[in-house]
Amino acid sequence: MSYDEERLGELIRRLPPAPEGWVRAAQEAPAARAALDGLVARAEADAELRRRILTDLEAALTAEGLEPSSALLAELRTRISE
Amino acid sequence: MFDRAVAGDADLVRRCLSGEPGAWDDLVSLYSRYVYAIVTQGYRLSGPDAEDAFQDVFLRVYDRLATLRDPDSIRPWIAQLTRRVCLDRVARKDEPPPAELESVDATIDELDEAFAVREALGRLSGDCQEVLDRFFCRDESYRTIGQELGIPAGTIASRISRCLAKLKEQLDA
Repeated sequence: MSYDEERLGELIRRLPPAPEGWVRAAQEAPAARAALDGLVARAEADAELRRRILTDLEAALTAEGLEPSSALLAELRTRISE
Repeated sequence: MFDRAVAGDADLVRRCLSGEPGAWDDLVSLYSRYVYAIVTQGYRLSGPDAEDAFQDVFLRVYDRLATLRDPDSIRPWIAQLTRRVCLDRVARKDEPPPAELESVDATIDELDEAFAVREALGRLSGDCQEVLDRFFCRDESYRTIGQELGIPAGTIASRISRCLAKLKEQLDA
């Protein structure tokens, strides 16, 4: 397919950068997942910790050094409630 | 920095699966614009919905990367995961889906074409990548581009034109 300048400009414009914070959070997801796994494992072994986490999910994530995004909050809520 | 033009998708997937430092960052960098565009242009999600969908896509990619049968097909696989995540979000809303969703296939076809152009752009010089990205993707004026890159604003238009010609050569090759 052959492109003219106008069409090339249109196509370049179709892929603007995602917000930097979003990209950074996605890049940090594996580390966040590992921290979350650790938190859930500790909660499974400690009923009092589990109760405290359920009382304030945001604080629990923050204490682990994690940004309490809605995706992480939802995942923690699901896993801790199982 | 990961050079996809040299290494390819299969190598990137292999590096991610072996836990090589920086590989996951490269994968997210490479596909972040594509996922963002499908979420916001294809499914018209915005604000927290768009951000949650974006994060959810990459979490699923991370969780399921080992199940990808053909590592060279990671882009259509990511597109499919993004579609599922967005459709889930649209279905969860109380309102009917926007009429534009009927044209989502056409939008994703266009984004696939845009991704191919972006790959070709990645094979140009750093200067060309910078000036084209600033002008077309970040909507920066000639004056701003000139100030940021330390070049006369009066030469930006001709630089853009030259870089587009080089990009066209890449795509025609």
